[in-house]
Amino acid sequence: MATLPPKHRLEYGDTDTAGSAEVHHDRPRGLMRWVLTTNHKEIGTLYLIFSLTMFFIGGIFALVVRAELFQPGLQLVQPEFFNQMTTMHGLIMVFGAVMPAFVGLANWMVPLQIGAPDMALPRLNNFSFWLLPVAFALLLSTLIMPGGAPNFGWTFYAPLSTTYAPPSTTYFILSLHIAGISSILGAINIIATILNLRAPGMRLMDMTLFVWTWLITAFLLIAVMPVLAGVVTMMLMDINFGTSFFNAGGGGDPVMFQHLFWFFGHPEVYIMILPAFGIVSVIIPTFARKRLFGYASMVYATASIAILSFLVWAHHMFAVGLPLVAELFFMYSTMLIAVPTGVKVFNWITTLFRGSITFEPAMLFALAFVVLFSIGGFSGLMLAIAPADFQYHDTYFVVAHFHYVLVPGAIFSIMAAVYYWLPKWTGHYPHHRLSQWHFWLSIVGVNLTFFPMHFAGLAGMPRRIPDYSLQFADFNMVSSIGAFMFGASQLLFVVIVVMCVRGGRQAPAKAWDGGEDLEWTVPSPAPLHTFEHPPQYRPLEHD
Amino acid sequence: MAARTVESSSGGGLGRMATAADDRQPQVRRTVVKTLVVLAGMFGFAFALVPLYDVFCQVTGLNGKTTDTAQSLVAQDADVSRTVTMQFITRSSAGLPWQLESDIRQVRVHPGQSTEVYFTFTNLSSHPSVARAVPSVSPSQASLHLRKLACFCFENQRLGPGESFEAPLVFQLTRELPEEVKTVTLVYTLYPQDTVESASRDAALSSGGGA
Repeated sequence: MATLPPKHRLEYGDTDTAGSAEVHHDRPRGLMRWVLTTNHKEIGTLYLIFSLTMFFIGGIFALVVRAELFQPGLQLVQPEFFNQMTTMHGLIMVFGAVMPAFVGLANWMVPLQIGAPDMALPRLNNFSFWLLPVAFALLLSTLIMPGGAPNFGWTFYAPLSTTYAPPSTTYFILSLHIAGISSILGAINIIATILNLRAPGMRLMDMTLFVWTWLITAFLLIAVMPVLAGVVTMMLMDINFGTSFFNAGGGGDPVMFQHLFWFFGHPEVYIMILPAFGIVSVIIPTFARKRLFGYASMVYATASIAILSFLVWAHHMFAVGLPLVAELFFMYSTMLIAVPTGVKVFNWITTLFRGSITFEPAMLFALAFVVLFSIGGFSGLMLAIAPADFQYHDTYFVVAHFHYVLVPGAIFSIMAAVYYWLPKWTGHYPHHRLSQWHFWLSIVGVNLTFFPMHFAGLAGMPRRIPDYSLQFADFNMVSSIGAFMFGASQLLFVVIVVMCVRGGRQAPAKAWDGGEDLEWTVPSPAPLHTFEHPPQYRPLEHD
Repeated sequence: MAARTVESSSGGGLGRMATAADDRQPQVRRTVVKTLVVLAGMFGFAFALVPLYDVFCQVTGLNGKTTDTAQSLVAQDADVSRTVTMQFITRSSAGLPWQLESDIRQVRVHPGQSTEVYFTFTNLSSHPSVARAVPSVSPSQASLHLRKLACFCFENQRLGPGESFEAPLVFQLTRELPEEVKTVTLVYTLYPQDTVESASRDAALSSGGGA
């Protein structure tokens, strides 16, 4: 049962000459090489570097917030600026750090895992990346505009974001439009690649979980990014053209904004976690040296989560005055999501059961993901209980919940993925000792930052306020210390990645001895062009 | 999940850049067209949700909105077996220097009976301006059973500096009002209409500022 599949030999003709394709056509050098590239690996790298940059910018904004909250009272920043920081932190982390990181990983690894030579639409791929720097340059430029940056929270509820918003809101809308187009084009590309460019013989149910979760995520993106585009367009018209979509004075309805926003927003949170499930589902089998337990149930669980995500949006709105029937419906449908998610956690644990586990850095992050994401899942269940949510609503408990699913959830999975695939990208193993330090500093920092927020929230500390009552002082001091620790330890991450790019222990093609997916059949570092002749992929009979 | 082998595929006489992507261009195009159709559909759906939301709310009365045209009285005997407290809350929004007051804060009515309440608008500023009182009913299930025979909320009000204006609300709570509803709260919020009206408002008012 737990035997490894037989070792396979890869004999496609041009492995040894791969990477020499540059000889065949004149490639632009220097900066233009990166601006004009249509290579999925280079674009993947661009995405990842962009995401890391945004992660630090958004992180600095978070540290401004935490520094202000270190003590009660106003010390460092004014409330107006504090509001801009919370807003920009959320927007940058969601749209600038987490989503592009997953798209970058998809660019790098989806073609390698399905045996495709590149993405299906390479030039579109280049365009969707280069939209991002434009979008976020626009968004960041609002910080120096008169009236300041957007200050209404990343959820930009109308009419706070329309009638009462700073003039820079129009730039924010344009920036979201551009980032949205980028995500949509990226999603189209990923769908076209996965559905059409799989190696001959690879059925959908042979794909790795990472490819599967990304396929489903891409469909979610196609379905909900247009709704976000529609909502911000309505905002734009309310602000500039005198319409009243969200203005009660003109016959509109502010509550409708929340319905439309969360119809996008809830699937959006799964867009940020489904690829993480996929990453963890490829890493755990590798380092447990067992096949993934319950492959088919993982696929179906992912699909069920995606479908259910369209039916739960109003659990963000329990306090707006929904009728009882709606509260009950959204409460139960939200709780239902715990079932497929539980299937996943169960499958990961069962994969680990009696495995030959080793604790490489990628595995450490993946295991931390399973434990800490589950904590975030459980606090989500608590928030799903509509009558209890009236107490938790807009408190730090909510902040603790979504940071537990996004930081040790999405972000840890991205770091796990980077440690897992760095040998394939660079040809070197990341420095073992330093990456262990990075892991332990991160995990301590994350828990110091976010665990006390549960208690502060349950005790009634409201979110998005720059000051707080004295009884929350200790929790906040611990959170701030943890935040600076977590932030500083990410500098170590950059050092590790740079060191790994520049040198280190050489990695063979199959960098991890439990790695059985197609990417481990190409040399390390992966040459610029791989699978130019599709590998013949034939699944073995079931045991 | 099945384990797998990878075999070599002899690409034959294909040049090195003649890749699978080239053979599969038509399929890729088909996929892209399909996703674009879904995309356009979803963008349209987002806008279609606006009228759908209004229709949904009108049918179910879920968001506590009342109709914005006068309704006829339903001929019903008053249900003297129960009494419902009707509360009125009035407020001004967005810094509009107006005041809205009802002559009575709450009134006890029998379902089926029609009642008249007077509201007074006052423009406290030194400019003429236009505003509208937007109603909201709580609990929302009562909004389907609150019929307005006459209401100032059906149209905009224009008031000169310091001017006052009294207007009636004639309403009926029908007998179909659910038993468990003992109190109905009707909130009127004043919203400035200058921006909404600016295209059509007459020259006499255009000299005025407003909020």
